[in-house]
Amino acid sequence: MRWYWIDRFIEFESGKRARAVKNVSLAEEHLHDHFPGFPVMPGSLMIEGMAQTGGILLGEHYKFEYNVILAKVPKVTFHSWACPGDQLIYTAELQDARVEGGSVTVTAKVGERLVADAEIMFVHLNSDDPQLSRIDQKNFVFRMNLMDILTVGKAGTGN
Amino acid sequence: MPSAEEILKKVQETLVDALGVDEDEVTPTATLIGDLGAESIDFLDIVFRLEKNFDIKIPRGELFPENLASADSGFVADGKVTAEGIAQLREKMPHANIDSFASNPLVSKLSDLFTVDMICRFIAARLK
Repeated sequence: MRWYWIDRFIEFESGKRARAVKNVSLAEEHLHDHFPGFPVMPGSLMIEGMAQTGGILLGEHYKFEYNVILAKVPKVTFHSWACPGDQLIYTAELQDARVEGGSVTVTAKVGERLVADAEIMFVHLNSDDPQLSRIDQKNFVFRMNLMDILTVGKAGTGN
Repeated sequence: MPSAEEILKKVQETLVDALGVDEDEVTPTATLIGDLGAESIDFLDIVFRLEKNFDIKIPRGELFPENLASADSGFVADGKVTAEGIAQLREKMPHANIDSFASNPLVSKLSDLFTVDMICRFIAARLK
């Protein structure tokens, strides 16, 4: 399993807002244990997806100069389930961004139904930090072409 | 300019949100780390919330200076902050109660400088 908890960006407004899709599938192994006969996406993985949406929004704001590390989830509320066949849309809005880190608010919705909302905080670590030698977040984003949407969505230019 | 009570009230709300503590725990003398359980990452969260709640900008290191008395700062001897170190603290943290710390300047007690009242004093000076 690869640690990608969003499938694609569908909108990206640099420094402001990003929307990403997560299609929940019964092919995901863990859903058969969570729970047997009642597959629902674990809340922890929804937080990861929301953090990936918001973290890339923050990372792109600084042109991926820093490694963006999920540091704290001050608030998260789960309102309903996400089941196989559901398409989750994560909408992240950048609240704070500075050299030390940043924060976002994120909602997770299936259609109009609110599934979760959260506040998420990140810290920046420099790429030359010895603990981070094997992390390359730029590759995380670009190898998977997650940002392909930039060619059609709202890039920093507003186009 | 809001009154001292108004500032305290808002600082209390900020810390309740950032640290998940009860409002009655957030007394002026409460220390952020010792009494309220703040961890390093919470300081950035607190700064973000104070900026929003008071509509101010808090540049890096002004409210919560970094590397206050690290081993290589030259301001530490025998587990205590030296006189030069104290002078440095007064300069960097005019909003903190350095006097009571200076009477027994153990490095291990340095984090006790970070109190609810210290934040209130910092905000009051900022809003003037």
